Amino acid sequence: MSIYVDSLREGFSLLASGGLDVWNIVLTSLRVSVTAVLISLVLGIPAGYMLGSRRSFGRHAGLVLANAGMGLPPVVVGLAVAMTLSRRGPLGEFGLLYSRPAMVIAQVIISIPLIAAVTAAAVSSVPRELRMQARSLGASHLQEAVLTVREARMGLVAAVAAGFGAIISEVGAVMMVGGNLQGETRVMTTAIVQYSRMGRYGAALALGVVLLSMIIVVNIALTGMQTSGERWERG
Amino acid sequence: MTQPIWTPLSRRVAGALLATVLALSLVACNSQERDGENGEGAEVTELILASTTSTQDSGLFDELIPAFEEANPEYKLKVVAVGTGEALELGKNKDADVLLVHARSDEEAFVAEGYGVERKDVMYNDFVIVGPEADTSGVGASADAAAAMKAISGGAAPFFSRGDDSGTNKKELKLWEVASVDPAGAVWYEQTGQGMGDTLKVASEKQGYTMTDRATFLNMRDALDVVVVFEGDPELFNQYGVIPVTDAVNQNGAQAFADWIVSDEGQKVIAEYGVETFGEPLFTPNAE
Repeated sequence: MSIYVDSLREGFSLLASGGLDVWNIVLTSLRVSVTAVLISLVLGIPAGYMLGSRRSFGRHAGLVLANAGMGLPPVVVGLAVAMTLSRRGPLGEFGLLYSRPAMVIAQVIISIPLIAAVTAAAVSSVPRELRMQARSLGASHLQEAVLTVREARMGLVAAVAAGFGAIISEVGAVMMVGGNLQGETRVMTTAIVQYSRMGRYGAALALGVVLLSMIIVVNIALTGMQTSGERWERG
Repeated sequence: MTQPIWTPLSRRVAGALLATVLALSLVACNSQERDGENGEGAEVTELILASTTSTQDSGLFDELIPAFEEANPEYKLKVVAVGTGEALELGKNKDADVLLVHARSDEEAFVAEGYGVERKDVMYNDFVIVGPEADTSGVGASADAAAAMKAISGGAAPFFSRGDDSGTNKKELKLWEVASVDPAGAVWYEQTGQGMGDTLKVASEKQGYTMTDRATFLNMRDALDVVVVFEGDPELFNQYGVIPVTDAVNQNGAQAFADWIVSDEGQKVIAEYGVETFGEPLFTPNAE
């Protein structure tokens, strides 16, 4: 047991002394992953709405794609993005490999299928009668979509939580396309890998605790939104 | 919800599949025991060697492992490639049986503290400084390694340090010291915190400089857009040592490996490695 206790003690004294440059790492993590989640929401919610509301062959194929995409190995995404952005790759002229935008691109690709699939599930659980009624009362397609998405907002909160949780704790892809450059692309997960490779288990464990706490805080906030939404609905 | 995808039947099928996968993976894990038997009925024990990522990246183990196992069929050699810091930590925790690393003062301290049985010289390789073909900072014209580092510190192009406390990283920091340059915090000085191969890729993509062992560079040369700009200073030589861990799980195996790699047979494998592929040996054996 002493390996945990000693490492934790060492880790927290490092955190307290500010010797880990930890805030810089946490801020980079947040900046990259929040940007990626926002982009994924903008693209993933409309996609999820289409998949969850229309019935067609395309819809079924799309759902299969989105569900399969949830199991997309991040390391394969990382490899594909790294090859594409490399100086020898098709988008090499932009010099984007080993930068924050490269990390955002990889994280968006990882989280879009998640957000689309969870949104689709939430939208398809909205009673069909409600939407038909809205249409019969003269609502446009857009108004119908807005109404449906509003009804499905609990599920959307789950979509945000799933997407954010997946990418902020992902390490393979961000290591490959970010490069773990100090002060630039070093995020919590890549720093944890680095410290454990260096045998500095204390520092690695301390960052792990910070990462876990952040995921918990985000989920407390999102769950709070869900339950306050329920209260609001009951009136 | 007119067309539920999950019918009771398909759910049962999926459940059965999942259970099968779980059961199979349990069986597979159990069969991976540490000890087994080889074809001749003799017992084969697993031997864990902790070494560095740069040694792994050099490709040397692809020759060394089969040669050792042929000479010592009672052992199955597994290599864990990590940074020097973690390799020493693995030794302290007895997660590795024997170490092959290149950070002399740390190795001597490791043995002095009682974690290792002994330390023996094995071989050396050399470091080179690589950078963009255009040699933006004019490093190539330097008289010695210190002058080369001074030229880089002009900052015309970034320098990528591994920044991971590895043997290579320590060597680099010593070179800055010799050159009386303090790179910490400079805008041109970046740290990847990663292994040699990855750091070379970053330097290549960002057209900067880095210091690398020759072996890793030659192995990756075709995938990189950097060239050797400075080499040959004895300051750039890199000594490897082998240490059997004290009270290792496989103590006999650890000793057998240490004895084998400094024997004529082991030294010959080292001397020949790389000649065929690169036209020159990558390591120079120098065991006593």
